Amino acid sequence: MSYVLRRVGQAVLVLALAYTAAYLLLAALPGDAVIARYGSPELGLTPEQIEAIRESLGADQPLLVQYVRSIAGFLTGDFGYSVASGAAVSDLIATALPPTLTLAALGLALAVFLAVTIAFTATYGAGGVLRRVFRGIPPLFVSLPVFWIGIILIQIFSFRLGLVPVIGADPVQALILPVITLAIPIAAPLSQVLMRSIDEVREQPFVAVVRARGASTSWLLWRNVARNALLPTLTMAGLLFGELVGGAVVTETVFARAGIGQLTAQAVANRDTPVLLAVVVISTVAFVGINLIVDLLFPVLDARLRAGSRRRGAGGAGDAGDAASATDTPAADRAVDELVDATVGPSAGATPAPAATPAPAVVARGGNR
Amino acid sequence: MTALATTAGLAGDTGTEPGPASDRRIRWRSLLSRVGFVLPAIVILVALLWALFPGLFTGQDPTETVAPALQAPSAEHWFGTDATGRDLYARVVYGASQSIIGALVAVLVGLVVGTAIGLAAGAVGGAVDEVLMRVVDVLLAIPALLLSLSVVILLGFGTTSAAVAVGVTSIAVFARLARSRVVSVRVTDFVEAAYGSGGTFFGVLWRHILPNSLTPVIALAALQFGSAILQISTLGFLGYGAPPPTPEWGLLIAEGRNYVATAWWLTVLPGIVVVLVVLATNRLSQALRGGDAA
Repeated sequence: MSYVLRRVGQAVLVLALAYTAAYLLLAALPGDAVIARYGSPELGLTPEQIEAIRESLGADQPLLVQYVRSIAGFLTGDFGYSVASGAAVSDLIATALPPTLTLAALGLALAVFLAVTIAFTATYGAGGVLRRVFRGIPPLFVSLPVFWIGIILIQIFSFRLGLVPVIGADPVQALILPVITLAIPIAAPLSQVLMRSIDEVREQPFVAVVRARGASTSWLLWRNVARNALLPTLTMAGLLFGELVGGAVVTETVFARAGIGQLTAQAVANRDTPVLLAVVVISTVAFVGINLIVDLLFPVLDARLRAGSRRRGAGGAGDAGDAASATDTPAADRAVDELVDATVGPSAGATPAPAATPAPAVVARGGNR
Repeated sequence: MTALATTAGLAGDTGTEPGPASDRRIRWRSLLSRVGFVLPAIVILVALLWALFPGLFTGQDPTETVAPALQAPSAEHWFGTDATGRDLYARVVYGASQSIIGALVAVLVGLVVGTAIGLAAGAVGGAVDEVLMRVVDVLLAIPALLLSLSVVILLGFGTTSAAVAVGVTSIAVFARLARSRVVSVRVTDFVEAAYGSGGTFFGVLWRHILPNSLTPVIALAALQFGSAILQISTLGFLGYGAPPPTPEWGLLIAEGRNYVATAWWLTVLPGIVVVLVVLATNRLSQALRGGDAA
């Protein structure tokens, strides 16, 4: 129970700090948003009128009062008003959210499918050449600019092959290319981490034992390797969410799709800080929430962390301690270490630190390497 | 590790066949890995030279109209011309300085600030560690693009602020890596010995802990360089980077977007240059770490 409380407490603290940082960055520092918006001579507003606007926006209050008021607003779902259009930010977000959620959900699903296909082919595919080619895919995907992927897809599928109409596409057709665009940058880190953990698990002694007892490759893959590779992958969930948000901004801009991403891009272009602040805060809440769920799920999924079964030295001496130390580090941090490990390589990664990545759940980290 | 994994996989599947066949395979492999090192190195070198001496690579002005608009690539204009008749190859060459130098600034910001935070947190420990790591948590909690957009909105649009904004997003990763290294170096025997033989806190930090923590951090910096190029070009594409006449790579692609149907080269060719440079950087950073590029 204390574990749950500690995690929730940490999450709330990070949220509070992130909100303060974002508020200071976006609402407090960049000069006077009211003057920037209404001060131009073309609008012909008198200083008194500008003062009145300021008062109506609550911008004449001291910073601390505005800050406390904005927290109260966010907690009640009132995100203030857009400086650019004057519309309520909550309304803007409510209309923009559904198309983005559709895009993100489909993109994520495709990314998971791609990542699993790539990782399994790269590790268990037939023939060394095939495996090597598939191992080369994630580094390539990582090197592609997302906006360029979108443009190239439009070029190939809409203009060269004429498969997806540019104008007058039905809603389903209009989703195809954006979903692919969004999926590629997400599939890359996912398949890298998957590949790494499959490589790690397959060298465990228990894999040889299971195989010796007559298990087929596919049985082994699904029942043992995939299950053990799930934990490090789950750790990546929050990080992938961040990629999804960034990907949505770019994808929606390239395909001119209405949604949170385009709302964000426009907000930056218009220096519409209330809108950007709302998007940042909502994304941060989602990120922290996802990581909290992953952290709380970990003891459920990892048998070694269940209360009562945490006996040191039962399965392998360093094992339980290793896993336990993993729960001391929030998923958000472990995800970074995981990615650094997978990309920079374990020789350089954070493995010696207390923030070690969790060992596969069945048998202790093999000493066979 | 990847080297180990691939050879292990090979041995398991085909069986080890001693003799000339495996010998040849090994020789072929090492040749391939040398090509895998030289080729990216050449790409990076060319990109660097483009950034430093663009005039050596093209006689054309990147901002002057030199030919009819929207000409396909030819011997005269390698990458074709854009909508106002500017030479696209010259624009890509001159754009290198924006991307490469921007990426250097970004990596430097992340490296210096991140390592300083990680070093302080790991070496001092206690409350300082707690506070600094919460700062890192906050930086991690805000999605990278949104964080850089927030910084850009604060600093204003432009090359430098885009570079700094991208740098800010990598502070957290550098800080965590540096801290974890410092924490493990701090308890080694030679650090204990350095303290024991009368070293001051800062002396030992500077002489022993920092140098011994730096190698993986440098490897990460090399990797971040490629991702910084991508992120800067993304900000440029969205229109928050260098202002329009500047030939920034992301902006070039954004400008070519309206001509996707008629002038493919405007988006395809600059994009390929970006991908090649980023691929080469990633490849090289992997090779520098001594790993077999997978």
